[in-house]
Amino acid sequence: MMDNFNFQSDRPIYIQLVEQLELYIISGKIPPGERLPSVRDLALTTKVNPNTMQRALAELEDLKLIYTERTNGKYVTTNTKLITKYREKFASEKARTYLTDMQKLGFDSKTALDFLKAKGGIK
Amino acid sequence: MPTKIAKTAKATQSAPSQPPLVECKNLTKIISKHIILDDINLTIPRGKIIGLLGRNGAGKSTLLKTMNDLIVPSSGQVLVDGQPIGVASKRIISYLPERTYLDKTMHVAEAIKCFTEFYDDFDIAKAQKLIENLDLNLDQKISTMSKGMQEKLQLTLVMSRQAKLYILDEPLGGIDPATRDYILDTILSNFADGASMIISTHLIADIERILDEVIFIDQGKILLTADADTLRTKHHASIDEIFRQKFNHESKIS
Repeated sequence: MMDNFNFQSDRPIYIQLVEQLELYIISGKIPPGERLPSVRDLALTTKVNPNTMQRALAELEDLKLIYTERTNGKYVTTNTKLITKYREKFASEKARTYLTDMQKLGFDSKTALDFLKAKGGIK
Repeated sequence: MPTKIAKTAKATQSAPSQPPLVECKNLTKIISKHIILDDINLTIPRGKIIGLLGRNGAGKSTLLKTMNDLIVPSSGQVLVDGQPIGVASKRIISYLPERTYLDKTMHVAEAIKCFTEFYDDFDIAKAQKLIENLDLNLDQKISTMSKGMQEKLQLTLVMSRQAKLYILDEPLGGIDPATRDYILDTILSNFADGASMIISTHLIADIERILDEVIFIDQGKILLTADADTLRTKHHASIDEIFRQKFNHESKIS
């Protein structure tokens, strides 16, 4: 699930773990209600310190994207509305980045949109 | 029972009744007028992987040797689990020295037997499993192994103890990248729950992703102790880059 996990060593590792896991959850790669592997196993597959993984999971728990069932482990939330909300937030950020980047190239929003429609699907 | 796992991690490291795992108090070592360790005050918490980072000759090995009762300090002291170092501290510290100390005329099985007799916390089953993974035969003589293989064997023996503190002095010295990954995996998968580990190295890039905390040491002095991710946030740089910037005054890094 978490293989091929590459870190930039100039950014906090736990934040990168949060981002990656969040992406897996909002994209459905880890489905709602799914039980997560143990902290130790997650740490091993990503080759990070268990404390760092613990910190990332605590952060995801604060975001309500995962929850702990006492003694049973950690699960992805079953609140699909919340997952949709995070997905839309993430997508909006991507859209805004696209528009800002295009603005830097001299496209206004409308031309940028037309460009996306015309060329977006093309490699 | 704590409601949040995040709190559990914090609780184990700072339970008020427990003394710090290691405490160095005004630790100084002078060898023929050279100050090797200069008034070191240091606390090693429980449940953390800590990088002891410094250039060659910074005092890393000397500091680790004093924790293992191999060097007597000129002044100051080291407390392990609240007690002065001695028989009790050796029981809970598993130490990988800079240079191998295995008797090369021994076979693998004899080395295991040796560790079993020496240490009550030695887990034979675990050692045998790890050695199998290395494709080593129990009847192989240590002198017939490559240097890299001897280092892996020694690490395996050290990590097979259920210690409270693992001290690894330069475990990555002169090894190839594949072996390095093997060593990092072995470290991560085998250190006992709630235990701590001090890893000394000058090859920071290779290990920084597994560190909780870092200690920078230079000319026998502690320059900095910090949480690794906090340090990255503060400097927008990797631990490796921060280290180089601190010590390579003459060469600016691009």
